[in-house]
Amino acid sequence: MAAALAAVYPAAITGGAVAHGELTLHIEPDDILAVLEFFKRQQQFERLSTVTAVDRYPLEPRFEIVYHLQSVARNLRVRLKATVTAEIASATAVYAAANWYEREVFDLFGVVFSGHPDPRRIMMPDDWEGHPLRRDFPTHGFKYSYGEQQ
Amino acid sequence: MSETITEPLLHQEPEAGATRRMTLNMGPQHPSTHGVLRVVLELDGEFIEKARPEIGYLHTGIEKQCEALNWQQVITLTDRVDYLANLSNNLCYSLAVEKLLGLEVPPKAQFLRVLLAELTRINSHLVWLGTHALDLGAMTMFFLTFREREDLLRIFEMFSGQRLMTSYIRPGGLALDPPRGWEKPVRAFLEDFPSKIDEYESLLNANPIWLQRTQGIGILPVEEMLEIGITGPLIRAAGIPLDARKMTPYSSYEKFDFKVPTETGNDVFARYTVRMAEMRESLKIVRQALEGMPEGPTRAEAHRVVLPEREKMKTQMEALIYHFKIVTEGIAVPEGEVFQVVESPRGELGYYVVSDGSGKPLRVHMRTPSFGNLQGLPNLVEKRQISDSIAIMGSLDFVLGDCDR
Repeated sequence: MAAALAAVYPAAITGGAVAHGELTLHIEPDDILAVLEFFKRQQQFERLSTVTAVDRYPLEPRFEIVYHLQSVARNLRVRLKATVTAEIASATAVYAAANWYEREVFDLFGVVFSGHPDPRRIMMPDDWEGHPLRRDFPTHGFKYSYGEQQ
Repeated sequence: MSETITEPLLHQEPEAGATRRMTLNMGPQHPSTHGVLRVVLELDGEFIEKARPEIGYLHTGIEKQCEALNWQQVITLTDRVDYLANLSNNLCYSLAVEKLLGLEVPPKAQFLRVLLAELTRINSHLVWLGTHALDLGAMTMFFLTFREREDLLRIFEMFSGQRLMTSYIRPGGLALDPPRGWEKPVRAFLEDFPSKIDEYESLLNANPIWLQRTQGIGILPVEEMLEIGITGPLIRAAGIPLDARKMTPYSSYEKFDFKVPTETGNDVFARYTVRMAEMRESLKIVRQALEGMPEGPTRAEAHRVVLPEREKMKTQMEALIYHFKIVTEGIAVPEGEVFQVVESPRGELGYYVVSDGSGKPLRVHMRTPSFGNLQGLPNLVEKRQISDSIAIMGSLDFVLGDCDR
């Protein structure tokens, strides 16, 4: 499967490994849409299971955007990773399910998904400052007024 | 103040032949949203033109908190993700950590995990059935299902000391050995419960109100369901046997003989039928686990990771040292990442766990079924009547704690 992808998009894969029985492919961020399209149309990966991010602070570029795809027909799963500083193309054009997951990543990590149809916060209040799941955001000691004293 | 807001609305004359649209705020306190879901509905008469679910009212930052706790402490948080299926969450997290550690769990612990996961499924489906029927006006169901649920909660309490937040499944095995005589209440439940399912069905299957409000309601093409991320009983009611227990067996599910019930109706009624059949299949699995229960320990032999037995700790120096080190420092998990999927009562539950080799997780992401299923709500309710949306929301069986985390 990785070989088939490499044949079509040789520049897209920057690395890959099989660990704990799971295939991980590192993808060039600019090619992510083409690769997702390839998996959906040509490899029968009908489902996007989840999109999330890992903050590798203080490394730069710090955000790994992680896509988990599933093929129901072939009973396979694959993990795609793209490392970005702050922005990546939205996968909603390929998988509609990406919509809320990307909103969540935007809300909690501050990664912008360009071309997202509904780029709002999803978990936190709309006027919240900062992105809580970043490694440099404190876990405790943060006070929010809930709009009582304006 | 109020005049300035209402005035434009009062003077808004609809165009000839057109109807005025109305925006209605459903929730976050609406009883049929089972928690704190808010749906902004745009209505044309009784029909929903547009639905926009607003979630996040129960966002408690569990994923953030996971990064601040050490590996064993996270178990207590997984309980609170989906509070109706906490053992499924315990199991999923434990399996992920065990994969990273390369730990083999003894067969008895695996069988007990399967038994508890299936009892959890029944427990969760009972809550769903009671509240779903209550939403549609069948009040008796609620009392009946909660009567049986009480038996299950007693069983969980007997195992773990807790009715809801059990934290019973831990990386490496189980928290405690099952108490003496634990088979008796489980066996009694197995004897009792099939007739109870018949009782529920006798109340609903011939009930004309129930049938009218569920049959042919909430149909969505199956391709669209896969596209939007719907899993669990909903996708199985559309004819796709998508079930992690069969597709990627975990915790020795491959040793059990059971079917994955599917339906082709794809409506609210089909989802009800699938869940009822699932309860019967779960009973089969529980019975097999009980009959074939292997002998042996319930915890893996791994000194650095799993707490030693209490008796050993009191008599052996090494055991005491390891106990002290695990409790004070936590366990070290090798660097790596795992995406572990289990079949929770609501659908595909996945834990994406990343370790950087330290005593705390670098990232714990929960791919929760409620979040994925709720995303499909607009597709399911748009162009339908408000009253149908209550039935459809009930059939989704979401838990907001599971959704918002």
